[in-house]
Amino acid sequence: MEAVFFITACASILAVLLICFFIFVNGLPAIAKIGVFNFLGGTKWAPLNTVPSFGILPMIVGSLFVTAGAIVIGVPIGLLTAIFMAQFCPKKMYHPLKTIIDLLAGIPSIVYGFFGIAVLVPFVRDTFGGNGNSILTASLLLGIMILPTIIGISEAALRAVPSSYYEGALALGATHERAVFFTVFPAAGSGVLASVVLGIGRAVGETMAVIMVAGNQARMPVGILKGVRTLTANIILEMGYAADLHREALIACGAVLFVFVLLLNFCFSAITEYRRRRE
Amino acid sequence: MYKFQIENLNLFYGSFQALFDVDLNIEDRCITAFIGPSGCGKSTLLKTLNRMNDLVEGCRITGKVLLDGEDIYYNTDVNLLRKKVGMVFQKPNPFPMSVYDNVAYGPRTHGIRSKAQLDEIVEDSLRRAAIWDELKDRLRRNALGLSGGQQQRLCIARALAVNPDVLLMDEPTSALDPISTTKIEDLVQELKQDYTIIIVTHNMQQATRISDNTAFFLLGKVIEYGPTENLFSMPRDKRTEDYITGRFG
Repeated sequence: MEAVFFITACASILAVLLICFFIFVNGLPAIAKIGVFNFLGGTKWAPLNTVPSFGILPMIVGSLFVTAGAIVIGVPIGLLTAIFMAQFCPKKMYHPLKTIIDLLAGIPSIVYGFFGIAVLVPFVRDTFGGNGNSILTASLLLGIMILPTIIGISEAALRAVPSSYYEGALALGATHERAVFFTVFPAAGSGVLASVVLGIGRAVGETMAVIMVAGNQARMPVGILKGVRTLTANIILEMGYAADLHREALIACGAVLFVFVLLLNFCFSAITEYRRRRE
Repeated sequence: MYKFQIENLNLFYGSFQALFDVDLNIEDRCITAFIGPSGCGKSTLLKTLNRMNDLVEGCRITGKVLLDGEDIYYNTDVNLLRKKVGMVFQKPNPFPMSVYDNVAYGPRTHGIRSKAQLDEIVEDSLRRAAIWDELKDRLRRNALGLSGGQQQRLCIARALAVNPDVLLMDEPTSALDPISTTKIEDLVQELKQDYTIIIVTHNMQQATRISDNTAFFLLGKVIEYGPTENLFSMPRDKRTEDYITGRFG
């Protein structure tokens, strides 16, 4: 029986190893050919020019901007919602609300994209100007998309905090609000952090919905109301017709994305480790 | 002048009645012990004194609880009440933050911001809880790293930091080893000069060692209440005698 568990455990490890292998074997030669600096630091992406250039800095910056925007919008709303759900929500309201939030997690990203085109793009165009396909629009949409991840995990973390902390705070004369924000919430710290990291992961990797609202111009972003292209969008928009070095360069984009997510996970482990040690 | 006057108190959890017609006067600057078998209502009564029972759904009371002559269930700011009536729990429950922040939590809650003032309160509270010498070099360390006995004395310091009049202790030593228990008992004796202390205990030796007055509870009723010496040497009620001589409970 133990062998079965071992084999199933190996399946996911094998998957990761294969993905690593594929991505780096196909991607790294391209980076070598283009030159690390020209690839990561180049600001011009023109793979079809007679003298092609493969600079992906605009897309790296684009991904960072859009993700940062999603964090700014999604994290505060998500965390406050989680606190509400775990500590303030009237019983009657809880189940409907929970169901709706779970539903939010199940909506396919293409549907989010349609929502973005139909509602957010005109909204941003009419309210803030520009043509509506912009960093801001993509951030708004991603901010909404990461909500269920952040809410779900943070709420579970908040509920896992021993009630003795809460009671201890009340016994010192703290109000419900103060006990929740200054005792329960900090005590749920690592779970809350995990929810944010997973949310960021989702935002970095999201493709379909972003393509539909971001404009996708492969140039350095110049303002939040201007269009932007992310790494994921870059891959999917051109993969269909890319060949040779162009194709390899796109796979190398995937490798960069992979490294991003790895770094994110390392940061997360480092922070939890640091917090654990301080205790 | 009594610190607490409890008059004709009945307490219900939903349809279950946990306390019956409790009348009890708690003397100021004394240690009062509540003893009795599990489920007799002694912890429940303790929690009515700082209204922690408010947290229990379906809990309601009739009768009066007067603190310094004022009904704490009528027109009272619960947070101010709990500032005045501190509580130490059965299981040490320091917050997962530094020793300093634990002790400073209460004063900060009640609006003290100045670093110098907080430093002074933290030191003073830890000294009162007789744990300053052990912890003065570890103020920035996480309180969860302390031993159980240290955690409990830290919790006492934390309760003292808001400058209460009364300290409620719900079996504060039941999770601790004998040496830590002795330290806490000595500490409680010290503290009675400045505070009114009410302690729930399962341990009758503990009640005789430290308390001035003892109330014996059985099935939600106060069976006997009086000076500890009298209650243990010549109980008036047969049931008290049976309990303290170990015939049940």
